[in-house]
Amino acid sequence: MSIAKKGTWVRVHNIVLNPSERAPQVPDDTKNVPLEMWDKGFLLNDEAKIGDNVEVETYIGRKIEGKLIEINPSYGHDYGKCVPELLYIGRQLRSILEGGESND
Amino acid sequence: MIKDMSYEGLMSRKNEIMKKAVGIDYFEFESGSIRFDYEKMMRETGYSIQEMQKIQGEAGVGNTPVYELRNLTKLARKLASNGKGARIFIKDEAANPSGSFKARRAANSIYHAKKLGYKGVIAATSGNYGAAVASQAAMKGLKCIIVQECYDSKGFGQPEIIEKARKCEAYGAEVLQLSVGPELFYIFLKLLEETEYFNASLYTPFGIAGVETLGYEIAMQFREMEGKDPDVVVATNAGGGNVTGTARGLIKAGAENVQVIGASVNLKGLHMASDEQFNKKSFTTGHTGFGMPFSTWPDRSDVPRSAARALRYMDRYVTVNQGEVFYITEALAQLEGLERGPAGNTSLAAAFSLAQELNEDKIIVVQETEYTGAGKHIQPQLSFAKENSIKILIGEPKDEIPGKNIILPKEPSLIKAKDLDLNKIRKSYIKNCIANNPNVNITEQDILFLAEETNSNVDFVKQILEELNK
Repeated sequence: MSIAKKGTWVRVHNIVLNPSERAPQVPDDTKNVPLEMWDKGFLLNDEAKIGDNVEVETYIGRKIEGKLIEINPSYGHDYGKCVPELLYIGRQLRSILEGGESND
Repeated sequence: MIKDMSYEGLMSRKNEIMKKAVGIDYFEFESGSIRFDYEKMMRETGYSIQEMQKIQGEAGVGNTPVYELRNLTKLARKLASNGKGARIFIKDEAANPSGSFKARRAANSIYHAKKLGYKGVIAATSGNYGAAVASQAAMKGLKCIIVQECYDSKGFGQPEIIEKARKCEAYGAEVLQLSVGPELFYIFLKLLEETEYFNASLYTPFGIAGVETLGYEIAMQFREMEGKDPDVVVATNAGGGNVTGTARGLIKAGAENVQVIGASVNLKGLHMASDEQFNKKSFTTGHTGFGMPFSTWPDRSDVPRSAARALRYMDRYVTVNQGEVFYITEALAQLEGLERGPAGNTSLAAAFSLAQELNEDKIIVVQETEYTGAGKHIQPQLSFAKENSIKILIGEPKDEIPGKNIILPKEPSLIKAKDLDLNKIRKSYIKNCIANNPNVNITEQDILFLAEETNSNVDFVKQILEELNK
């Protein structure tokens, strides 16, 4: 298991409100689950492994505690998978503009 | 004294925390009854157009280009009846430093925060505004925290929101992400109290006035390019700031006859605070889930009185479906060579339909675009929809059911903006206003105020009040 040393950039997670503490106006499906939070910072503990409760200093300098969930966190978002359903649009539009078929 | 940090404890200190964090004593504008002095609030706490042009100009914001969409206009004319098909123009707000018109709102807020001596700013937003605040804060050397509603209870996040988190972090901001729920406001208050930073709310007079330059620029640009004001301006409507600021800017430029049309993506039936439904939508803003509640009760925002009051300014309010916006996003790229983010194209989908109602010599303006990129793009957004069991179909947009399917129009002629009944929305606003002001004796001043708020007249308000037995 990888160990993060002091000063490493990490991602932490916390439960902010338990299901019983949620606001009264919240719909039932949301009330059944806790309010969770995620944040990132530099590890302040000498060392820690995934799952440990740690303290971090966020990029702007706040100190917060949380459970270590990722070391050197990265972004996973991308351009998605090919969506073949979109492919007709450009050709259709060009053919209408070129006056093809019966669109005049 | 140890402060009560429980949900109820913190919420009870809301007004005190907000006053400190916004630097406005909203009480000064209250009448003690329903009415509050909106124009006085805007005048005394906002900035003039000239001041804002200077503030925004120094921050690299504004003066964005306007493009005529000749091919989309040609297409609209092919589909419209003879002589119809207004010229469609778009204002490329993606050219702002953070990639959207929100830079205008942020530039003013951050300037104001800096002037008042705050060390940092906080904004609660999952949208483009977060990136705008982070970008402007970076320019002014202020610290910045963005609070996002991002994930459902399974830990799945909207790709569009994750991209915005990345962008905020790129500007050196701290991004605190939360799972679904309105208690985001609790965390937001807690952070404001802890840091004593400025609340860069979307809804302060400085923020809304920041958008006035957009409307003002449109009038000036069209007078220069075409020698006249445009006939119609379409603005995407969510919290109301875009419509409000743009319309006020047009009025300040003397372009009072321009018809202002609000447009939202139709997400009818989806509950915005539902954990299960959170990832069933493919738009995180610009939709009716914000547009309707904020039009019918603007003061639900994070400040006591919202400066964004769209109902005052909308001449029409239309909806378009998710599939129609995705189609038009593809059309903008394929026919005009402009690849822009889908959410910003909501008003374009509406304008494409509305242009077909207008004569060929008329001018219709789409007043914004937004940046696109990984996560914030038709492809990842539709991939994500599929992963959340949403069916992507090609067919009749009118059959689209939000949360179940997304229907790409099988032909562009099927893109149709649908009018919402503004009188119904006005009535709903009056009803909410009464419900939020119990035990108040409604004065003649209040009735005048309600007529202004709903862009209606005294007779209309009186009739609604009678129906409500008030």
